[in-house]
Amino acid sequence: MWAVVRPFGWPEAVLAVPAAGIAVATGAISLDHARAEAERLGPVVGFLAAVLVLAHFCDVEGLFRTCGAWMAEWAKGSPSRLLTAVFALASAITAVLSLDATIVLLTPVVFATASRMGVRPKPHVYACTHLSNTASLLLPVSNLTNLLAFAASGLSFTRFAGLMVLPWLVAIGAEYLVFRKFFARDLAAAAPSPTSGDTPELPVFALATVACTLAGFVLTSAVGIDPAWAAFAGALVMAGRALLRRQATPLTVVRAAAPSFLAFVLALGIVVRAVVDNGLSDALGHVLPGGTGIAALLGIAALAAVLANLINNLPAVLVLLPLTAQAGPGAVLAVLLGVNIGPNLTYAGSLATLLWRRIVHQHEHDVDIKEFTKLGLLAVPSALVPAVVALWVSLQVL
Amino acid sequence: MRVIAWLVEGTWPACVDAVRTHAPADSEVVLLHVSGPDVPGVAHGAFAGLLGRGGPRRDPGTRLEDLGSTSAAELLDAAAERLGRPYVRMERAGRVEREVVAAADDADLLVLARDGDRARLGPHSLGPAVRFAVDHAPCPVLLVWPEAAPGISTLPPPPPPHH
Repeated sequence: MWAVVRPFGWPEAVLAVPAAGIAVATGAISLDHARAEAERLGPVVGFLAAVLVLAHFCDVEGLFRTCGAWMAEWAKGSPSRLLTAVFALASAITAVLSLDATIVLLTPVVFATASRMGVRPKPHVYACTHLSNTASLLLPVSNLTNLLAFAASGLSFTRFAGLMVLPWLVAIGAEYLVFRKFFARDLAAAAPSPTSGDTPELPVFALATVACTLAGFVLTSAVGIDPAWAAFAGALVMAGRALLRRQATPLTVVRAAAPSFLAFVLALGIVVRAVVDNGLSDALGHVLPGGTGIAALLGIAALAAVLANLINNLPAVLVLLPLTAQAGPGAVLAVLLGVNIGPNLTYAGSLATLLWRRIVHQHEHDVDIKEFTKLGLLAVPSALVPAVVALWVSLQVL
Repeated sequence: MRVIAWLVEGTWPACVDAVRTHAPADSEVVLLHVSGPDVPGVAHGAFAGLLGRGGPRRDPGTRLEDLGSTSAAELLDAAAERLGRPYVRMERAGRVEREVVAAADDADLLVLARDGDRARLGPHSLGPAVRFAVDHAPCPVLLVWPEAAPGISTLPPPPPPHH
């Protein structure tokens, strides 16, 4: 439980790494298992680091500022059109540059765009947080949970994307309908926009690099190379250019890769493995439905969503993957639907995080939990159930 | 006489126009904007949900708070320009509907705009925040339409007579 908290603004790694050490020292997990876990997670974490660096330098190149200008231009002063633009861009950015990029880099741009247009920022900012979860279904790189599942599922990059494209579209469509209805009042209020911002220069280099990286994912998986290399190449090109143009130092590149986060994921993997080895696996094995029929997929996704809401989706996916991997890719992808869409129920992603924020009094800027939960109770089932059905259809057809 | 106009994104021009039309020339006009905590709060929450991503330096909620105060100031500037007479500006932060009622404590008139569903005229044309302010305001309230007020032809037919 304490692995999911963040006291005094420390990185979680400060707690998780010693915890992993204790798990090994006390024999809760054997040294062999710990090493196997680290070897399994290492490449996944490296892949993620490359995507984080790529997103960071896309921001440096001005990609997100340009996104703001595109959204404002498309919206033409209408809040509903702005919401459509936010849905399109947040979905694309989450899918390609991961959910971190949407939360950390796109959300402030969306807020600034809404303010500049003189429309209420609430539906648009809420859309960013929801889509950072719901739209993170498409590619292995969209979410760390996907990368973990991708490694466990044995699917190729393109087959993963092929199976997930329909659930992704269906889930985003469902969210869109829920948002239009839920925020109808805010979306009806529009004042003449006070100022129109100037259009920034198109970040051609960043866009080209991202496009080449995506093509690299397809190419590497076609010839059987680890697609992480495509991400490394993309990150190397973006970071190298920034270094050459003195827009970055080696230190900023390392920082962009979030080394403490990478250490945290490794440590969390070892701690979770210790808990799973010591009985959780048997306990959950009894509840988890077997097979890959539509009822089983719905059951797996629902259980994953509940678990993600209790303990956060990262530990949830680490717990559930070993239990579902042998049932085949269908079950693994159903877990992903649950752990990726599910966290929209609680505004901090899980009850554990919420509880901790209460304990350390980080709730002085608190949201109206009742309203957010009401939105989540509408959006999560509306997105999750059709997405699971879409996954089942994809599994039949492809 | 002290007149408070509560200005909200999207509907504020109507409130400013109402002050220009209805507030006596010698009254003191206060332009009020209240920043709610929920939009930055949701961004803080989303970042907290990103497990292990390091310190609060990258937290987008903090940037939203900064951007929010800038945009509130810009809204008040635009409103002041539209008003074109002396005024007092008031920026508050907190639970929006409660801050509005508290700000109206020593006012003689509170001006606010409908914030609900105006497609179907009826109780829902007031959203929760305006409903609360109307119910709890310690002074008379001037409730305006964000756009032109609906004509009398929009009245629904009278209910059938009881037998």
